[in-house]
Amino acid sequence: MTKKINITINGTELAVDHGTTILDAAKQLGIKIPVLCYHKDLCIAGNCRVCVVEVAGVSKLFAACATPVWEGMDILTNSLMVRNSRKHIIELLLSEHNADCTKCYKNGNCELQELAAEYKITNQDFIDLIHSHSYTIDSFSPSIIKDDSRCIRCQRCVRTCDELQSVGALTVAHKGDHMKISTFFNKPISEVVCTNCGQCVIHCPTGALIERNYIEEVWAAIGNPDKHVVVQTAPAVRIGLGEALKLKPGERVTGKMVAALRRLGFNSVLDTDFTADLTILEEGTELLHRLKSIIVENDNKHPLPMTTSCSPGWVKFFEHIYPDLMPHMSTCKSPQQMFGALAKTFYARKIGVDPEKIVSVSIMPCTAKKYEANRPEMRDSGFKDVDYVLTTRELAIMIQQAGIEFNDLPEERYDSIMGTSTGAGVIFGATGGVMEAALRTVYEIVTGREVPFENLNIQPVRGFDGVKEATIKIEGTTPEYKFLEGVEVKCCVAHGLANARHVMDTVKSGKADYHFIEIMACPGGCLGGGGQPIPTTPEIRQKRIEAIYAEDSSMTLRKSHENPEVIHLYKEFLGEPYGNLSHKLLHTEYSERQRY
Amino acid sequence: MGKNILKRIDLIFKEEDDFKKVLEKALQSTNTELINEMIASGLKGRGGAGFPTGLKWKLTSEAQSETKFVICNADEGEPGTFKDREILTRVPYKVLTGMALCGRIIGAKEGFIYLRHEYKYLVKELNKEIDRFHAVLDELGLDFRVKIFLGYGAYICGEESALFESMEGKRGEPRNKPPYPSDFGYLGKPTVINNVETLAHTFTIFQHGSSKFNELGVKDSYGSKLFSVSGDTPTPGIYELELGMTVEDFANDFGDGDTKAVQVGGASGFCVPRKKFRETHIGYQGKLVGISLPTGGSMMLFNSSRSMFNLLTNYLEFFTEESCGQCTPCRVGTQQLLEGSRAVKRGEKPAAYLDKLLALTETMKATAKCGLGQSVANSFQSIVENFREEMIY
Repeated sequence: MTKKINITINGTELAVDHGTTILDAAKQLGIKIPVLCYHKDLCIAGNCRVCVVEVAGVSKLFAACATPVWEGMDILTNSLMVRNSRKHIIELLLSEHNADCTKCYKNGNCELQELAAEYKITNQDFIDLIHSHSYTIDSFSPSIIKDDSRCIRCQRCVRTCDELQSVGALTVAHKGDHMKISTFFNKPISEVVCTNCGQCVIHCPTGALIERNYIEEVWAAIGNPDKHVVVQTAPAVRIGLGEALKLKPGERVTGKMVAALRRLGFNSVLDTDFTADLTILEEGTELLHRLKSIIVENDNKHPLPMTTSCSPGWVKFFEHIYPDLMPHMSTCKSPQQMFGALAKTFYARKIGVDPEKIVSVSIMPCTAKKYEANRPEMRDSGFKDVDYVLTTRELAIMIQQAGIEFNDLPEERYDSIMGTSTGAGVIFGATGGVMEAALRTVYEIVTGREVPFENLNIQPVRGFDGVKEATIKIEGTTPEYKFLEGVEVKCCVAHGLANARHVMDTVKSGKADYHFIEIMACPGGCLGGGGQPIPTTPEIRQKRIEAIYAEDSSMTLRKSHENPEVIHLYKEFLGEPYGNLSHKLLHTEYSERQRY
Repeated sequence: MGKNILKRIDLIFKEEDDFKKVLEKALQSTNTELINEMIASGLKGRGGAGFPTGLKWKLTSEAQSETKFVICNADEGEPGTFKDREILTRVPYKVLTGMALCGRIIGAKEGFIYLRHEYKYLVKELNKEIDRFHAVLDELGLDFRVKIFLGYGAYICGEESALFESMEGKRGEPRNKPPYPSDFGYLGKPTVINNVETLAHTFTIFQHGSSKFNELGVKDSYGSKLFSVSGDTPTPGIYELELGMTVEDFANDFGDGDTKAVQVGGASGFCVPRKKFRETHIGYQGKLVGISLPTGGSMMLFNSSRSMFNLLTNYLEFFTEESCGQCTPCRVGTQQLLEGSRAVKRGEKPAAYLDKLLALTETMKATAKCGLGQSVANSFQSIVENFREEMIY
């Protein structure tokens, strides 16, 4: 047993574990110490100094987030000196911050604004430094806007980009009064290694990093009587949206969300989960093709392991960092883009609307999807497959703008034709979900039996471990898949690009013997995506993942190949999985990018 | 040179080329004996912070680690300081000897000299000296090697933890403390980091014993110290003087007869006005009567022709640029002090605004992450409090 450390906070004695920070110790007593540069996902920086506290007998104050307690420490979190210092620090931050809050996209969801309100910073005596400097607004990216005038240099974004994502697109440049968050040679983020994952956006405490929003464009489309506006909603949106509308984390709001979308004026409310199921059939078939050509035909043109391709942040990361491994990436488009390609072909034909009149909108937990929709390859329908991508947050804003009382809405169902889905589709929103959905289907195709896990829940690929591995032995195959008899299929799941890099480095070195790898760019998978409500923390991700699996369990259909609309789609339109039309509409190719 | 009111000491630059003998003598003692000798000498860090050297070595020797390091901080960047360059030019073997013995005491086999970028021209000669020194270490069977690490030119990298970051190939930003270098220094290993002059003094202590060292100076501020004398003085240069002297004696010795103020410790130090010359001593906090000011050695004299407003804003411009920029009080605080002082001078802010700025310096002193931001208060407070009219009119 380790020895406890005895301390006093504001006169109350307590014993805490060795190594506990003052911040965490105070939390145990229910004392909140304000923070800005601190974020539970990230390493400690201790640079904003908002969390300073007094320790009896020491003239200097200590940053509560960065200071471990010591025996006998007598801490004051609200002394006169602490209050005065904190107030000074907030005033200083405001003096170099573009505090034009009413014109800020993050107005109402800004940690600096909250602190300023809490400390009633009303007389700003310090000299306004913001207007004596020139600041750039980088708005070249279709996903992310970076406004240096709103930056408080807390470096959360830099730590996010570096530690969580191992991308390193954002960095600190210059020193002193010129210190700023920059990129390689100060290029626009659209021209560097940035994957558009948006993790910097959900970790930014202010409005310095925000998503590029397309709210007005979507309102304009809805308001145009000549347009037929379809909307698709990604799996993770239904378990995140509630948070942005004042509900508790982990609330499943699928039915209310559908009702809200209908009231916003979308002509048809459809589900990305439908194309998630479709993705499983395409990607599962692709995996079986690869296995067959390697095992039976000894042809390594489409090598293993095959990696998933649904996460556009991951795809771009891959193109930058592992161009030499290109043939390993599944050629499947993401569910969003499969949906887009079908919306302006199959769906248009089905409802008898000129595809030129269709505006295809998607609601995503993701900022990289905005970039993906703008990729030049994503026009296989003959039009831009997906016209506008909104984040979960943007949808919440539209719902509020429309004056909809979200909580009072009835639960409604998706429209048909690309609106039906299975539990396998919904778990795409969690890390391991694509793997689990694929195994549910592939195992059954190969053996004719259900995957041998209780209630179809493949526990080894669930949860938040950075890298998860699972092996499934294939036994009792159907005659067609005899070549797989006795094969142990080795799977790997990674989420967050730092973990992705770790896995891919082992693949690159030839040390990995996986067959199939699922990678999601964001920690936790899409449920922790860069387009999800702010804040996103480890605790909130936990709530969201529980909601995802609850949603899966609640569904009657839980295997993608049993989705009746998917079956219908193949019968009526596509032919067979991985067939000619699929190749034209549902598969894509990748391009090599620079490492910086 | 000067009026010789203060006694000139000749320890540091005294040519005692036979460092082998000093090493041999020290190697006959146990590590504990050597540490005790160092503690008995009362030597305190000569970089300006004044941490007891013996204690620093003792703490690091007690840290549990296979790998430890000795680093000589030669990032001499404080405005008005130029003594370390002279030591490394004239008596580098004294520094190397101090490093090697420190290495043996704490259990380190590697040492680095973190050399200020602007001192690049010293590298060639220093490397020759290091080779000569290594040969002697080999003869004595002492397993220790010294390398030069050339800095990149940022003032902040003289701060020990920023220096480690810089050596590790990262951006030179100070770390959170604790942990301190004795536990977690370069590459996360226990590290002794000493100023060039401190290490040179340890040579004297190893050579002659602590008593020879602490017969100079006063209690709590033993020994001699090198001073870089500049400004309005007929005799600028480097002088070795006893600690404990008053600023009055110093100004009488080195001033031009019209000394208005002495800046002790560079831009991050204190400005002493003439009326406080007598009560102000140069040394570390302790038993001295009146005010005692530590210094890394920078002593700048100013006569009545100098504008204290210009002086202060010059310092503040320096800090505004040289702050690493990571922590709020330092990055924004320095800018506010600079712009605020100018606004008062221009009449855009009332004179009372200086009090708001003084209060801000208290916050900076208490909350800045490292010594840079904390010490900006020194010059600001001492100049604004003593020369308030010059700040306003």
